[in-house]
Parts: sequence; structure tokens; C-alpha cells
Amino acid sequence: MNFLKKSKLSTSALRDYCSFPLVTVVFVLITILNNSGKLNKSMQGLLVPVCCYIVMAISLNLTVGIMGELSLGHAGFMSLGAFTGVVTSQSLIGSVPNDTLRLVIAIAVGALVAAFGGFLIGLPVLRLRGDYLAIVTLAFGEIIMDIVNCLIVGHDENGLHLIFNFTGEKTVADLNLAEGGTAIIKGAQGAVGTKTIASFAAGFILIMITLFVVLNFIRSRTGRAVLALRDNRIAAESMGVNVMKYKMIAFVLSTTLAGMAGALYGLNFNMISADKFNFNTSILVLVFVVLGGLGNMLGSIIAATILYILPEALRGLADYRMLMYAIVLIVVMLATNNPKVKNLFMKIIPKRKSKEGGAAQ
Amino acid sequence: MKEFQKGKMVPMPSTALIPERDLGKIPVLECLHLGIEFGGLKAVDDFNFTVGKTEIAGLIGPNGAGKTTVFNMLTRVYNPTHGTIMIDGQDTTGKTTVQLSKMGVARTFQNIRLFTDMTVEDNVRVGMHNQVRYSTVSGIFRLPPFWKKEKESHNKAMELLSIFDMQDLADVKAGNLPYGAQRRLEIVRALATEPKLLLLDEPAAGMNPNETADLMENIVKIRDEFQIAVLLIEHDMKLVMGICEGICVLNFGKIIAKGTAEEIQSNPEVIKAYLGNNSMEG
Ligand SMILES: Nc1ncnc2c1ncn2[C@@H]1O[C@H](COP(=O)(O)OP(=O)(O)OP(=O)(O)O)[C@@H](O)[C@H]1O
Ligand SMILES: [Mg+2]
Repeated sequence: MNFLKKSKLSTSALRDYCSFPLVTVVFVLITILNNSGKLNKSMQGLLVPVCCYIVMAISLNLTVGIMGELSLGHAGFMSLGAFTGVVTSQSLIGSVPNDTLRLVIAIAVGALVAAFGGFLIGLPVLRLRGDYLAIVTLAFGEIIMDIVNCLIVGHDENGLHLIFNFTGEKTVADLNLAEGGTAIIKGAQGAVGTKTIASFAAGFILIMITLFVVLNFIRSRTGRAVLALRDNRIAAESMGVNVMKYKMIAFVLSTTLAGMAGALYGLNFNMISADKFNFNTSILVLVFVVLGGLGNMLGSIIAATILYILPEALRGLADYRMLMYAIVLIVVMLATNNPKVKNLFMKIIPKRKSKEGGAAQ
Repeated sequence: MKEFQKGKMVPMPSTALIPERDLGKIPVLECLHLGIEFGGLKAVDDFNFTVGKTEIAGLIGPNGAGKTTVFNMLTRVYNPTHGTIMIDGQDTTGKTTVQLSKMGVARTFQNIRLFTDMTVEDNVRVGMHNQVRYSTVSGIFRLPPFWKKEKESHNKAMELLSIFDMQDLADVKAGNLPYGAQRRLEIVRALATEPKLLLLDEPAAGMNPNETADLMENIVKIRDEFQIAVLLIEHDMKLVMGICEGICVLNFGKIIAKGTAEEIQSNPEVIKAYLGNNSMEG
């Protein structure tokens, strides 16, 4: 009667909802530490980015773990959110002096733009079977980087000015900004002179919102449809689940959250260039997701936190840094002891093909 | 195209097969000159078959005869290359698998295709996808429609699971169920879509004689209670001969016999097709 033992899902529900109190407790502890001056400068500098990467990991887990599709360009959506967020915030400095309100608006705009980006990518790709999403998102990440690298944006009393520096000859002067106007994005230099309005509290709230949205999503009619498509596409279709529609909903939700994380991230730095959101960043987030466990949101949070802070914390160890990093990777892998981690490649590539392809017997 | 028109003009007199009580009503399934080719190979050819509104019909034949292929065409997993399928009087040409589900065709699979990582209850709830609906936004923000409809789908799922006494297994992961229970869950999940026509692909495969006897009873019970039609593929002749009213025998993609259990059992063509394969005595 071994099959009668309680399902994994109800324990996973418990685990998922534990994330809320856990994240809150950690947030409170760190805030206390910070206020009593126990955190050094470099640690303080990591607080907001870590929140952003946690949101990135949870949102990517929605695509990879819940929907079962590989995305190799999640940083591209973060980039969309970051630069639209920065442009929004910088150009609203005059009209919306309240930093918090401006941050909220910037994150909302970043979310919308990233949602739209996800929709455009999903439209042709999600109707195909196979690993096309991986290829297209990979290209998307690179394209966004190239576009931002030749983007020059400024703002003055007449509004927003934008030129593409395709030839490499244009400079901020070509924007013809009026007196008192400021450049926001300077091509390959990226966003410069950004007024940093991101805060650790905002990061915490964003994590909570992300958790709330994603966990409720998974446990609803829509989320079940997405899970069903992942588990068995033909059976789900035979039950009347529209593949395109539900994959699109999940994917757009995932990119929306990445856009929010990006906006917060962009507004945490004086200057930030498009190279920050390159292929390595996409892979880094994918590593968080895979090591934390596919579909395991708490795992994503823990993996993102540890693996993001670790390289910084180990900076003192100089040469041994990467060795330590490798050891921790292995330990995390053993700790999560997820069968899905063990045969990651089996899971991501051949298994899905065998489920989807061929005859429906 | 030619085949299609032929189908319209010369309907096969197959209605003679459907039970008397269904005679005045539009048949739930009508296949006219249905056929499919895979790279020149005719897997199913000129398949004409009608299933009455509350009939339990059988589709039998040796391995590789094309039975599952017929199911795949009925649910539009495959697009037929010839002929027409009418569901409850409606043409299904150009429809998708999802639309067929909405039109009232539900199926189980020969190689079980459950959502293995989901619970038994959630499997059934996916079956109710188009029956118990609320928006994604209601789901994310836990608005009143979410609570109302989740309760409704939970109650409905429990009710359906009770057909096979499976309520206690509601929270078990579907992949952890024993084989027989997985087959039964597939039937429950299909029923959750509120079908007019239930397609069962070898429902008794891998079941012991006791389980099979229970299954037979339950198939009849399902038909009586929900007033739906059942078309089943089965190698277990005891089951087929025991509950099927109209039986169609397929061999190498072609119908070699149609009729009642007695007619089929005494048909020399059928006996020949099954020669060396004693499953007819099942
Ligand atoms: N997608 C496909 N491509 C090519 N040939 C196919 C395809 N699907 C089915 N066939 C062929 O069609 C024929 C009928 O297969 P089908 O699965 O319908 O048989 P079946 O009657 O269900 O047999 P069984 O009793 O073993 O389940 C077989 O020869 C099979 O190889
Ligand atoms: Mg078959």
C-alpha cells in the first residue's frame, strides 16, 4: 500500500507556502542587522540584486519547471524591464517627485514592456513542438543586448528623444536636447546618471508579490492546465486544453515578472550597461532554477540567494573562490537530491520528445 | 475530395446496427468512408461505422489492424485523408483535438497518458477544464469565482471518482497508482469532460478477471447513468461479447465484419482473421 502515502503535491504545497514566512523572517533579520551596522558595504550592495535574482529565478522556474520549456534568454526580458524602467523613472523625475511612486510606475512599465516582448516571442514559437523556445529566447537575449548597445535616449522639456546609433557615429549631442535635458541611455555605456530609487524593502515586496502570483497561479485552473500540458500534451489536448493559449499565459507571466525584476535592478545602480544582461546571466538564473529544483519555488529562492552571494562572500579567498563555488554547487545538488537534477539533460531533452512525438496510442 | 462527396451521396446503411432505442435519434458518431494513409500505406480504409446515442459499441481486430488509428482520427490527433466524421450530426472536418473535446468526444489511451506528477483529483479537474471555468485573474488573486468554482470542481471530482470507489485516492500522485487504478482514473478523467461519446482504448488491458468483471459492470453503469455512448477497443472477448451491442471488426485497416456478438462470433471471415490467435475464445 505504498502508493497510498500522501502525494508529493500536498507536501510541495506546504513547502511552497512556507516560502512566505521564511522570506519575511530573513528580511526582518537582515534589516535588523543592517540597521545596527553589522553589514559591510559590499554586502549592503548585494541586497537589492539578490532580491531581483530571486524574482528572476522564480519566474524562470515558471517557464522551465512548470511549463516544461527551456528558456535561454531570460536576462533579455530583465534587460527590457531594466532599461524601460530606468527611462520611465528618469523622465518622470520632474513630474513625479515621490521616489516610491515613481519606482512603482517604473516597475509597472518594465513589466508591461517585458510582457509584450514575451507575447511577441511566444506568438510564433509556442505553437511549435520541440526546443524552439530555447533557440529563439537565446537569440532574443543577444538581440536586445545589441539594440540597447546602440540606443541613445535623452529627456528634456519636450519629452523623450531617442536615436539608434547603428553606424557608431552618433553621440548624445545628436539628440539635440534642450537646455536642462539629460541623457538617460548612452549607447554602449548603457544607462548613466540614474537616480537610484530601488530599496531592499521594495525588493522584499517584489519577491512576496512574485511568490503570491506564481504559487496561486500554479494552484488554479489555469496552472493545472499548464501542468497538464507539461505532463502529457496529447492527453491535455484531448481534455480540451488549448496548448497555445495556456503556454502563452504562463510564458507571458514569466517574462512580466522578469521585467519587474529588471526594472528594480536597473534602478539600483547609477549606471548599468546592456552587457550586464548577457547570455551568462540567463545561464546563471537557469542554474539557480535547476539546482533549486524544477517546479520548486522555495528551492529557487534558496539557490539564488546562496549562489548569488557566495562569489562575493568568497572574494577574500581569491584563488580558491571558484573551487569553493564548485564545491557548493555539488553540495546543493546533493542536498536538493532531486531526480530531475540528476538527469537534467534526460529531463529537458529526450523525455519530453518521447512524450510528445509520434503516435497517440 | 471525391471520397468526401461519395460519402455524402451514398450513406452506408450501417444504421441497421444501432440499438432500437436509439433509432429515431441522431447517431452520436457516424464515420463515412473514413481513411488515412501514412506515406502511401493505408492504415485505415473506407471505414463506415455508426454508433447510436446510448449504445455500447466495440471495435476489435488483430494487432496493428488500425483500431487506435481510428480513435486518433475521431479525436483529430490525426487528420483523416479521406471521408467524414459526424459527431451528433455535426461535421468535424477541419476541427482540432480541443474542439472535438468541446463537441463531446472524450477518450482514454492504450498507453496510459495520465498527468503523472499531478494528484488524482487534479487529473480529474483538468478533465473539467471547459466545464468548470473561471479566469486566470480570479485564480491568481483568489477572487470569489475561484473559491466557488474550486469547490464545485472538487465536489464533482469526488462524485466521479466514487464511480470506481477512488475518493480515498484523491490526493495520491497519479503516477503512483497501481496499473488498474490508472486505467480507471483515465476513464474518470474522460467522463469529467461531460462527453457524449466515450472512447475507451483497451480499458481492461493488464487487469485481472475480477477487475475486468467490475469494469464491465461499471461501463454499463456509466452508460445508463450518463446516457452517453461508449465505443471501446478491447482484446478481451469476454468483455466485448458481454457488453457491446454493435461490434465492428477491423483487419489490415478494413472492416471485415459488423454485427451483434453472435453474428461476429460465427462469422467465418472473423474466425480466419483471428486464426492462430485464440483471443476469440477469451
Ligand atoms: N503515425 C503513424 N505513422 C505511420 N504509421 C502509423 C502511424 N500510426 C499508426 N501507424 C500504423 O498503422 C497501423 C495500425 O496501427 P494501430 O496502432 O491503429 O493498430 P491497433 O489496431 O491499435 O493495434 P493494437 O491492437 O496493437 O493496439 C500499424 O501498422 C501502424 O504501424
Ligand atoms: Mg491500439
